[in-house]
Amino acid sequence: MTATVAIALRVNGELVEANVLPRLNLADFLREHLKLTGTHVGCEHGVCGACTIRINGDIIRSCLMLAVQAHNAAIETIEGVSDSGEIADLQSAFRERNALQCGFCTPGMLMAAQDLLKQSPCPDREQIREHLSGNYCRCTGYQAIVDAIESTARTRTGRWP
Amino acid sequence: MKASAFGYARATSVADALELLTAYGERAKVLSGGQSLVPAMNLRLVAPELIVDIGELTELRGVSLKGGVLTIGALTRHADLLKSPEIAAHAPLLKDAVAHVAHPAIRNRGTIGGSLAHADPASELPACMLTLGAIIIARGPGGERRIAANEFFVGIYETALTPQELLVAVELPVIPKSSTHFFQEFARRHGDYAIVGLAAQASIKDGRFADLRLGFFAVGDRSLLAKSASKLVDVAVTSAVLSEAASALDDELDPLEDQQATPAMRRHLAKVLLTRCVSLLLARPDLRAGASA
Repeated sequence: MTATVAIALRVNGELVEANVLPRLNLADFLREHLKLTGTHVGCEHGVCGACTIRINGDIIRSCLMLAVQAHNAAIETIEGVSDSGEIADLQSAFRERNALQCGFCTPGMLMAAQDLLKQSPCPDREQIREHLSGNYCRCTGYQAIVDAIESTARTRTGRWP
Repeated sequence: MKASAFGYARATSVADALELLTAYGERAKVLSGGQSLVPAMNLRLVAPELIVDIGELTELRGVSLKGGVLTIGALTRHADLLKSPEIAAHAPLLKDAVAHVAHPAIRNRGTIGGSLAHADPASELPACMLTLGAIIIARGPGGERRIAANEFFVGIYETALTPQELLVAVELPVIPKSSTHFFQEFARRHGDYAIVGLAAQASIKDGRFADLRLGFFAVGDRSLLAKSASKLVDVAVTSAVLSEAASALDDELDPLEDQQATPAMRRHLAKVLLTRCVSLLLARPDLRAGASA
């Protein structure tokens, strides 16, 4: 019963078929099997948020999902949303505001931030902090990250002077 | 860390899941959203031989309202509860509580059935089930069992479910229109496990509690429906009455020590929440004295 299981899923628009062991988590599948190393693995128990990806449009922790559970799902990683240009403005706001230093948390931060901006286009700083509450950054102190997300929200909704 | 090796079966129906659970018993674990089980497996706290994945049993997902009873399928996700108009209208306490359950990415996967079956004493939903008088519905080889919430939670990560049973739904009585609620918790970071929390539901008439249910969590090996609430019902609440209730509450608590807090700190915070709850629900700021944490 610990044999491999066949899965088929869509990753950043491409169909992927693989045979995986049940114990393999989705983050490791993306990193080790598909070499999509933008998804980071920090705590491996759902606390740090570095492995945040999108599945069927919703953000999730890829360390808390088994690859076998992603059968038939549509996954988007930081590579997908970067290449499509979906978050280009958010990424440049992060650069301009120095919202990253070592960069380890950044892919997860960007996925969580984009999720918030899709659901509520004009969040206040408190809402931004709450939505990012599950994403740890050990470098920046969060202030610059909140700034970058706030300024992206303003630009997107045309509220920037 | 990584989970140890295990076998995997994707259940195709409730009957199929029950067959697997009957065959494997304690060697199997049910995988729902995986937001408690997978971390426990990654930390090697549990090492099941077989995972029974019920994630595709869509018939177990959703909220329905019928004859004054809300039925919530076990696979209903925390994010679904937050968005549900039925929950907002008929169990607003639950909606407030779910906003404190972990973080958005976890609420998108975690399910109510998984959370209740996991029975973490610091988690919000078991306390809400006690406060709201929920019935937990389990199916097993012998058919269906309806278990009152106050008999369901037995200890740390321990419930009345047998290894052969599957939690399929919970039923909540619709709260009366005049009823009000209170939900607060202390946590190091929004979404973290509570240090102490309180989920309360009350009916108030002429400035007095006609009914008061106080579900405390993270105050012992399981959530607690405080009996000391009765000291506040059908009386004019004064500071003296409130402090008598607080000391009765203290006798009921048996808080655990962990890296977050000592038992003494938890006792103190439980009293703070009691005071905040009573003064807020009765709109009596004068009772707030001493309610700073």
